[in-house]
Amino acid sequence: MCLAIPAKVIGVEGKTATVTIEDVEYTASLLLLDDVKPGDFIMLHAGFAIEKVDPLEAAETLQLLLDMERNRPD
Amino acid sequence: MKYVDEYRKKELILSVAEKLRTVSKKEIVLMEVCGGHTMAIHRFGLNSLLPPNIHLISGPGCPVCVSSQHFIDKAMAYSKIPDVIITTYGDLIRVPGSTTSLEKERAAGNDIRIIYSVLESLEIAKDNPGKNIIFLGIGFETTAPATAAAIIRAKQEKISNFFVLSAHKVMPPVMKALVEEGVKIDGFIAPGHVTAITGTTIYNELASDYGLGVVVTGFEPADIMQAIIMLVIQIESGKQQVEIQYQRVVHKEGNKIAQKLLNEVFVAGDDRWRGLGIIAESGLKIREEFYSFDAENNFAVEIPESTEPKGCICGQILRGLKTPADCSLFIKRCTPTDPVGACMVSGEGTCATYFKYRS
Amino acid sequence: MMATTPNILLGHGSGGRLMHQLIGELFIKHFSNSILDEQTDAAILDIGLSEIAFTTDSFVIDPLFFPGGNIGKLAVCGTVNDLAVSGAQPLYISVSFIIEEGFAINDLEEIVKSLADEAKKAGVLIVTGDTKVVNKGKCDKLFINTAGIGRIKKENLNINKALKITEGDVIIINGTIGDHGMAVMNARESFNFRSGVESDCASLNHIIREVTDKYQVKFMRDPTRGGVATVLNELAEKINLGIEITESYLPVNNGVRAMCEVLGFDPLHIANEGKVLFVAGEKEGQKILEVLKNNEYGKQSAVIGRVVFDHPGKVVLKNETGGRRIVDSLTGDQLPRIC
Repeated sequence: MCLAIPAKVIGVEGKTATVTIEDVEYTASLLLLDDVKPGDFIMLHAGFAIEKVDPLEAAETLQLLLDMERNRPD
Repeated sequence: MKYVDEYRKKELILSVAEKLRTVSKKEIVLMEVCGGHTMAIHRFGLNSLLPPNIHLISGPGCPVCVSSQHFIDKAMAYSKIPDVIITTYGDLIRVPGSTTSLEKERAAGNDIRIIYSVLESLEIAKDNPGKNIIFLGIGFETTAPATAAAIIRAKQEKISNFFVLSAHKVMPPVMKALVEEGVKIDGFIAPGHVTAITGTTIYNELASDYGLGVVVTGFEPADIMQAIIMLVIQIESGKQQVEIQYQRVVHKEGNKIAQKLLNEVFVAGDDRWRGLGIIAESGLKIREEFYSFDAENNFAVEIPESTEPKGCICGQILRGLKTPADCSLFIKRCTPTDPVGACMVSGEGTCATYFKYRS
Repeated sequence: MMATTPNILLGHGSGGRLMHQLIGELFIKHFSNSILDEQTDAAILDIGLSEIAFTTDSFVIDPLFFPGGNIGKLAVCGTVNDLAVSGAQPLYISVSFIIEEGFAINDLEEIVKSLADEAKKAGVLIVTGDTKVVNKGKCDKLFINTAGIGRIKKENLNINKALKITEGDVIIINGTIGDHGMAVMNARESFNFRSGVESDCASLNHIIREVTDKYQVKFMRDPTRGGVATVLNELAEKINLGIEITESYLPVNNGVRAMCEVLGFDPLHIANEGKVLFVAGEKEGQKILEVLKNNEYGKQSAVIGRVVFDHPGKVVLKNETGGRRIVDSLTGDQLPRIC
């Protein structure tokens, strides 16, 4: 289950966070997620932040994929 | 868009596809159980990148498609009650009930509103004290916590005109049921956002007792291709297990806060899945202490005897036994503008996806 | 006078003194020109000896005011563009108002002002009109109907028939897609997305004239309701050839793209009100692109696809990963998805 989009947190106001996707702003609910700070990325689903995006893990996944590209036989 | 575009780069996807060709030898069948995966696979044309020995089948991962006729008919009946405002996610608007659809009821003058977040329903309830707001709760473990949060908030703020008709379902029982039924599956492309909530232990039984590979997968094309490689490596080496591909979002233990809310408001019960019959412990029912928010507890309606439309094989498609191409109604009689079964109505039902992305 | 009644009354549509007051102090005041000021039942127009292009449109948009415009501006743009994409030079339009009793006159004046401004921009005269007021609840605030007349040169008579299109021709659009539909949806629904997305609604007759005066255009259409996908599908069927578009060439605003990703929409299916699709020969197309890019309404013009022999009657999209898929016309409304 699905349609969630990574959104950047630019402000936290109690149980809500102002997030942006490109230049679109939305007030997401933080009822399902703690410890969110400006600069974090969260997954926005049906108006709620359901999880944070871990930048280190994201970089690692990307690196694994890039390694596959580098090792591509030409 | 950050954390999206990087995983859509053509070169990455093609190189994963090439690596896949080198490591994949056996004929294997992989099932994805999430409408979002069905859509992504077709939208990005991933099927054409797979070697011929890898077969992808779609499972019952579209919450609209698996909502029973009974639920849909009940929603229609509720919409006709005077002074009721129905709030729903867009996915449900065109699904056909036995005699009508929410879209048609809206055209007939009933107050039916599409919302993006369940919290909008609470605002509508506060703005309309003389009306009863009934929210149609569909979705799996990704979406149900939001409904739970809304119910708890309604209780805290003493909002007495907000109700939920729950058709929320959970994934593992249906995945197990399919395997028990004998559907040939070697591994699951497991739903990334469901697992972000639940954590991975829900899949342990599938790996340990049934010897199936389970990889929790993200939704970008590079994610899906990487997950397929992980599954192939597992299966080729005989080391089937539960792994997480979607590491940037999914933790092994899941989202504890969301889990707590889910358990506080809902309890698992037997539930009817369209085309699949009753599956034990697969639906989320509202607990007794929140009965004042349970629509079924507060509104009595007459519902026509539900019938499955003739010729519709949604049930077999949802099990991955048949594809839309096997259905005699597909395209000829059942189309997005004039759907017969739910698989065609829902924007990411298997049939709608096949129709939209046919090549 | 007008100041004593802030809202439209049934009397404003009844033909008596109140209605004449409304016409004089609102409509004539803003639309004034020598033909309209005569206030005859029919406007007598001099068209010369050419063929006449004639169009009609109704505007029932909700909400009436949206980022980038309002129903008044839209009424002019829609009518002018229908004429312009048919190869005509728009000259005169009629405007009829059906107003719900109780409608705020201030809002009506703002809409009328926008209408007048846009007509001036487009260089068309509002030469005749009508006003009706209906009981509360009998129409949704305000409906506008227009009719438009234009002069059409002999060489442009068959532009709509797409007779000369051949394999290899290119398809050009004058800018970003999906802006109008998303701006309106944002303004209408309770979703609470805040974005800078604005309707692209604009009169395109000048930019079209710049192109058609110098270069050979084989077909034009404005992708309004149903979006680019619907227009291209209709064209593909008409010419019984295939159309191939490349996803990475489609100009899409970041904000529109973001909203589409969040809600599960396809920009190809979303309405535009300031866009025109051109079909031209490949070489001609490059020159047309230059002209467009130099115009304020064409800064982000792009070649988005071409006509092919394959899959006749169908539109196929080449996506970023090199995969191909069919693009259908819009079926029903686009619905925001959770999954």
